[in-house]
Amino acid sequence: MSVDHATVRKIASLARIAVSDAEVEAMVPELNAILGFVEQLGEVDTSSVQPMTAVIPNTLRLREDVVSDGNIRDAVLANAPAPEHGFFGVPKVIE
Amino acid sequence: MSNYRIQGATGEWEVVIGLEVHAQVVSNSKLFSGAATAFGAEPNTQVSLVDAAMPGMLPVPNMECIRQAVRTGLAINAEINRWSRFDRKNYFYADLPQGYQISQLYHPLVGEGEILIDADEKAGIMEAKRIGVERIHVEQDAGKLMHDQHPTMSYVDLNRCGVALMEIVSRPDMRSPAEAGAYVRKLRALLRYVGSCDGNMEEGSMRADVNVSVRRPGEEFGTRTETKNVNSVRFVMATIEHEANRQVDVLEAGGKIVQETRLFDPDSGTTRSMRSKEDAHDYRYFPDPDLLPLELTEEFVEACRFSLPELPDAKRARYVELLGISQYNADVLTAEVETARWFEKVLDAGAEAKQAANWVMSDLFGALNRLGKTIIESPVSPEQAAELLALVADGTLSGTLSKQVFEIMLETGDHPGKIVEERGLKQTSDTGAIEAVIAEILAKNPGQLEQYRSGKEALFGFFVGQTMKAMAGKANPQVVNELLKKALAN
Amino acid sequence: MTHITDLGVAAIRDGFRAGHFSAREVADAFNANVAAAGALNAFIVETPDHAIAAAEQADRDRAEGNLKPLSGVPIGMKDLFATKGVQTTAASHILEGFTPQYESTVSAKLWGAGAGMLGKLNLDQFAMGSSNETSYFGNVISPWRRPGDSAPLAPGGSSGGSSAAIAARLCPAATGTDTGGSIRQPAAFTGISGIKPTYGRCSRWGIVAFASSLDQAGPMANDVRDCAIMLENMAGFDPKDSTSLDLAVPNWEALLSGDLTGKKIGIPKEYRVDGMPAEIDALWEQGIQWLKDAGAEIVNVSLPHTKYALAAYYIVAPAEASSNLARYDGVRYGLRELPDGAGLQDMYAATRAAGFGAEVKRRIMIGTYVLSAGFYDAYYTQAQKVRTLIARDFDLAFQQCDLLLTPTAPSAAFALGEKSADPLAMYLNDVFTVPTSLAGLPAMSVPAGLDAQGLPLGLQIIGRALDEQGVLNAGLAIEERAGFTARAGKWW
Ligand SMILES: [Mg+2]
Ligand SMILES: [Zn+2]
Repeated sequence: MSVDHATVRKIASLARIAVSDAEVEAMVPELNAILGFVEQLGEVDTSSVQPMTAVIPNTLRLREDVVSDGNIRDAVLANAPAPEHGFFGVPKVIE
Repeated sequence: MSNYRIQGATGEWEVVIGLEVHAQVVSNSKLFSGAATAFGAEPNTQVSLVDAAMPGMLPVPNMECIRQAVRTGLAINAEINRWSRFDRKNYFYADLPQGYQISQLYHPLVGEGEILIDADEKAGIMEAKRIGVERIHVEQDAGKLMHDQHPTMSYVDLNRCGVALMEIVSRPDMRSPAEAGAYVRKLRALLRYVGSCDGNMEEGSMRADVNVSVRRPGEEFGTRTETKNVNSVRFVMATIEHEANRQVDVLEAGGKIVQETRLFDPDSGTTRSMRSKEDAHDYRYFPDPDLLPLELTEEFVEACRFSLPELPDAKRARYVELLGISQYNADVLTAEVETARWFEKVLDAGAEAKQAANWVMSDLFGALNRLGKTIIESPVSPEQAAELLALVADGTLSGTLSKQVFEIMLETGDHPGKIVEERGLKQTSDTGAIEAVIAEILAKNPGQLEQYRSGKEALFGFFVGQTMKAMAGKANPQVVNELLKKALAN
Repeated sequence: MTHITDLGVAAIRDGFRAGHFSAREVADAFNANVAAAGALNAFIVETPDHAIAAAEQADRDRAEGNLKPLSGVPIGMKDLFATKGVQTTAASHILEGFTPQYESTVSAKLWGAGAGMLGKLNLDQFAMGSSNETSYFGNVISPWRRPGDSAPLAPGGSSGGSSAAIAARLCPAATGTDTGGSIRQPAAFTGISGIKPTYGRCSRWGIVAFASSLDQAGPMANDVRDCAIMLENMAGFDPKDSTSLDLAVPNWEALLSGDLTGKKIGIPKEYRVDGMPAEIDALWEQGIQWLKDAGAEIVNVSLPHTKYALAAYYIVAPAEASSNLARYDGVRYGLRELPDGAGLQDMYAATRAAGFGAEVKRRIMIGTYVLSAGFYDAYYTQAQKVRTLIARDFDLAFQQCDLLLTPTAPSAAFALGEKSADPLAMYLNDVFTVPTSLAGLPAMSVPAGLDAQGLPLGLQIIGRALDEQGVLNAGLAIEERAGFTARAGKWW
């Protein structure tokens, strides 16, 4: 499989990264080189293999249902580019 | 079988409905953070660094949310998957700080189950029907956007963000708006019995994504549309009604149904396309590498099972078969968990089941209706109700008197015993006193007496009424009957 | 007397305890070195006040007989760890100016152990790179140079600020993070030691995520003992990290021993890759001899899926990264680019275009592609299956041996710019370190010698899960025999 300009644009749009024509031009061969490299995995017979789920054998711990966090609005908003009356401001979304 | 059909210009159409209900799990803290879940807090106060997706923050799952989802699964006889895991659903939106929702696609917590909806001939549901539930998975809720606070900005509030939801996905088993309505009502009742969701649709604790398609009866499924976030039973039914008719119109005009996301507008009762959400959605689901697989022990599942209350279908059967309550009364008394709970407290306090059922259905519901209150707001407690019923049962109060006492209880909140005592409302069986009153009444009404004795026996009721009135309703009606008969026969 | 900044962690700790110098003197000495080393660009932010405050506290603590494990020791903190009140950027423009209101678990543990912070160390942007050429804040320059050549060399990556700072004596130790070799390869390039512990030993809470199933923090320092001391004060169970291991932290330092009697060391044949310089091969043979001398038995083992590790890694790591980095969207913190008339989605695209560097974008693009509809199974699922096979290879090998010995990297440090034009050539630098990351195993690099150009080379020891002790001990055995004392000549 190889990617073309349109695919690169589609991926960039999915990833929300604005790309110029020049960047698309540069990315097409780069991504194809990397994808070409990783495609060697197709050689490996994995028909009887389970995908890895836990790197080290370990099970998920569950925590108790207690309120132990929150009430830190100042900390939550401290780095906000556009804090507005306790909210995060974003460009108006029209639905 | 549903007989619901849409009559198109070219013939009959059948509607096929599947529902994805998002139900907020009852928990103190969020699914993956320790922030509170309470409704109505100041913006961004119930937000942890995890909820705000600060760099390096990690999710730690809340046991209670898992437990409640498992209990819900058990309540609909579903498979509980001992091995499940969380996946990330990736998309960009301002109410989704991580850029992904932690959900479960590949290995949900709960597998196949079912929900029984009852026959309701008036609604066109001719017999009870099992609606398949494909799965229940656990996921995070998103935050909230406000659009009307600023001319050029929307405001983001993350208080809801990360609250646990159960997504309960039905099979496309429903065939009419009424069936879908019954399904949502039954599901809501079940969730409230289990205690896993408060079912409060106005506060958004439950909302449905409504999948609708139409087809010629017996043919293959048609293309469906999904109408998002419908937040009442009535709107779910209206959505289906409108959407099915719209699809029939499109198809009959030679058009095609596009698989798309739509929005219900409660003001117009119609649905419209949400094209803005349609742009090349590719969620790139993959297992969340911050979370290990969720493995449940048998003990955990058994403890969940053990903690389940008696559920509505079982309860209703018991009311009819063991308590001798009528089918109709049992239906009503078990439909909502609060009603059943209230009713059973009356029984626990010693009341007889049938008498209590009748009283709750007539006197209590009548009063609550009049007062505009729900059963949990009832000014009279179940224990007080049982006491009132006991006073009727032991002859202290007549039916009339008991209604009078109940009215006073509603007003004052006092115990019936106290009311009877203080206001002297006790019914009397004192034969001497009653005989004296009867003698007086016969003396005052010689004309009626004459007519009665000459065969107009319908006048017996007149004498009962006069006696009761003279005794301010406190005479034991049985005793009055007996003594009157005797006196009139003389 | 040697200068204080020539001392390592153990020597500073012990000298401070013995009263040979005050913590303040140590902090001042290192602060001075940091201030004078701007040419290396090892730090993004210098925090002399933090180091001084910790030192003054340590001096008071010592007076009260209240010594902590790292009292008196100042360190460098990779700028991937969130530090409360101190800018944390992951070397990216998108986080420029971001001041966390929280402290990462690992850094909090270090401060709790009495350490002070000299500054936030430069790195490859979002830890993506092997040469430290992807930082928004400029390249880190290795203190090492080829003889008679002033061409700037790569300090390795992504923990290149850490490796350069230690090699140049700007700090006695530093934190690193390792996703595919980011502790071990820069350690090898700069003649220092570094260990990536078992996945789950160090909490990831508060570390800017690159690839969650691979990221693991670890220490970098002058020698094995210093690594052991640092790791003891970084590791430990953290309920805030669901992948953290609920295990006690062993006394790695106390149990250090270079005696390998009874240990079997496996030599994986698949690590003899085509085109590997002969001197690296020779160094590897030398390492085998040293371990034999230390009492170990050498066995040949096979890790048959090694050749697929890099490919699996370059699917799994970008896939996780593409999702982990979605949060940098200009809404809650960091850069916001809002072109005239831009809507929300335009803002995202503009912010991320301006905020991320080329390598970060490349990896997000790869990750987005391999997860996208229709490709997920062929790429991501297949990679995770291959990962299972790679982990199984290690399991089988460890039935025959206790530890593995390999080179750390296929070459010595290269010059800046030498590989940056070809991403794939750069990726190949991680060929020996990536398999261990995929399997979550502990592994360390220790300096073992110099190449023909006088540049350091490292050897890598890989252990079973949780056997950091075995790894450290074998590292010590090599260290004791290699007698590596070479230093970069000071030119900055
Ligand atoms: Mg849905
Ligand atoms: Zn959902």
